[in-house]
Amino acid sequence: MNVKSLIRHETLLALLLVVVLIVLSFQSDRFFTVDNLLNQGRLMTEIGLIAIAMTFVIATGGIDLSVGSILGLTAILTGVFWQNVGLPLPVAATAAIAAGTFAGFVNGVIITRFRVPPLIATLATLALYRGLAEGISQARSVRGYPEWFYVLGQQDVLGVPTQLWILFFAAVVASIILAYTTWGRTVYAVGSNEVASRFSGLSVEKTKLALYTASGFAAAVAAVIFVSRVSTTRSDMGTGIELDAITAVVLGGTSIFGGRGTIVGTIIGLCLIQALKNGLSLAGVKGDGTIMLIGAVLILAILASNLFERSGTRT
Amino acid sequence: MTTTVEATARSRSAPQRPGFFKRLFAEYGQEIVVLAAIVVLFAVVTMVNPRFISANNLTTIFSGNAYIAVAAIGMAMVIVTGNIDVSVGALIGVLATISGTLAVAGYPIWFAWLAPVLVGMAINAIIGILVAYARIPSIVVTLGALSILRGGLISVTGGTWITDLPSAYLIAQKQVLGLPVPLVFMVVLTALAALWMRYTAFGRSLYAIGGNAEAALATGIPIARRIVAVFVIHGAFAGLATILFATQLQVIQSTVPPNLELTVITAAVIGGVSILGGSGTVIGSTLATILFATIGSALIFVNVSAYWLRAVIGLLILATVLADMLRRRGRS
Repeated sequence: MNVKSLIRHETLLALLLVVVLIVLSFQSDRFFTVDNLLNQGRLMTEIGLIAIAMTFVIATGGIDLSVGSILGLTAILTGVFWQNVGLPLPVAATAAIAAGTFAGFVNGVIITRFRVPPLIATLATLALYRGLAEGISQARSVRGYPEWFYVLGQQDVLGVPTQLWILFFAAVVASIILAYTTWGRTVYAVGSNEVASRFSGLSVEKTKLALYTASGFAAAVAAVIFVSRVSTTRSDMGTGIELDAITAVVLGGTSIFGGRGTIVGTIIGLCLIQALKNGLSLAGVKGDGTIMLIGAVLILAILASNLFERSGTRT
Repeated sequence: MTTTVEATARSRSAPQRPGFFKRLFAEYGQEIVVLAAIVVLFAVVTMVNPRFISANNLTTIFSGNAYIAVAAIGMAMVIVTGNIDVSVGALIGVLATISGTLAVAGYPIWFAWLAPVLVGMAINAIIGILVAYARIPSIVVTLGALSILRGGLISVTGGTWITDLPSAYLIAQKQVLGLPVPLVFMVVLTALAALWMRYTAFGRSLYAIGGNAEAALATGIPIARRIVAVFVIHGAFAGLATILFATQLQVIQSTVPPNLELTVITAAVIGGVSILGGSGTVIGSTLATILFATIGSALIFVNVSAYWLRAVIGLLILATVLADMLRRRGRS
């Protein structure tokens, strides 16, 4: 029953995506071209990586609002480690990613050890990490990265944007982990009933700690890709990206209460949002109109899936 | 000023009897922690730089942030019922534009003030209905509403500021009995809301819904209607906050401070409203707003670079939250 309703939501969403793609390709000749679609993939990688990790977090019934700030902090640290500390760029980027991952780990510790609700814990660290990024950068931006660094964010591998490969592999690995491993099933169990999971001997705290750490890691990797794509670092990078990621995850059918959700759903949700953004802007709709439509799509999609679910399962 | 209102509200709510302080702390622990933090901060910073308590600076601290405190009152009520609203920042932006446009277009001033309150109530009624009757989680509905309102605001204003506001409209710059209007708004609204939530059946029912929805339903509380009502009330407070926000400068910008909704939520939560619902007071949320404002001002007076402001606030939020969790654990 649960699986059925899941499939229903994703099928519905996939159909919606197809309809949107068809309509948009009639609106503009430039939309349905390989170049444009690949370029859109480039633009959606950063949100995508964060949204994949967020799917796990939300599936346990948690949330991570600090990812945008972790992205900003990691970006700033990459620049500072490289330019001010003088580390070689690969070492600097690795160290920055390690710091971003540690920021996620701190979230996990606050949530699991001190039992602070995830919404509050990550609301506090959202302010803290962004503040650290602003304080460390003192509003200076770092530019002038070596040419090879842009391979990550601006160039192609085998004809496909480099970062799209990263997103692809991340999505495949994450799907397999979530759907087929014991650990992935633990995520659903914790989200459905945390107390029962604990009594069943599942290591609830360890699972959560790992997830928030992974969420920090995803945001940190997204940060380095972001820096490589836009050739500069600024402390306000990634502001508000948490809401975009959450929208994609929820649109993809992951229950905000936990226990339900798939990576495939998240990816479809992500594609739908990106297609709407791009297609509408090509069709001459201003960016603001697009934001409105995404909000409406989010509410209507959940409303529709709620109605379907209720008619399907009478409880 | 606020301290005296605080004190009267408290002595009224906790009558003198054995174990008074224990009960007081059990009930208002978080509020006391936040109040103590404000007092300590004022004492320390004033010792470093006496100009910190000049009338001018106090006005900046209290009046400049009163609109956040007013918005946090409605937010606190929403969170007490176990819901959340991440769209309030965008809503205030939309309402400010509506109000300012009416004022400039020559409508009566009272109408320009009333409109944001009514429109805020109407928009939040829709949100409330989607939450209560369509059973969509409030974070999802308000996430969608955030996009719609933010997109709508930019596409309508096109990023232009509203100027040439009539001076009679700028109520936030006026005074009542020698006190700045925003301060009066903040204190009066906080006191009324606190009393309403503590002593009316309606107010108590909000705690019941947030504490245990099933039990609340069993005792005959019409949960769905109450949730719609609480969102409508929250909309009214957002409208009142808008009046203060829109009239504090000579112009109305087409944007609101970034992350305004998070600031408002944080104020409510740090003030002691449990994000799980069922507990917390609006006195706490107002105190928390004052604490943030005091921190911001204090940093300038002790010569800390403004770029570190958010980091310090973040650290203090975290410390407050951890202290609260440890205190709660110690009690249970």
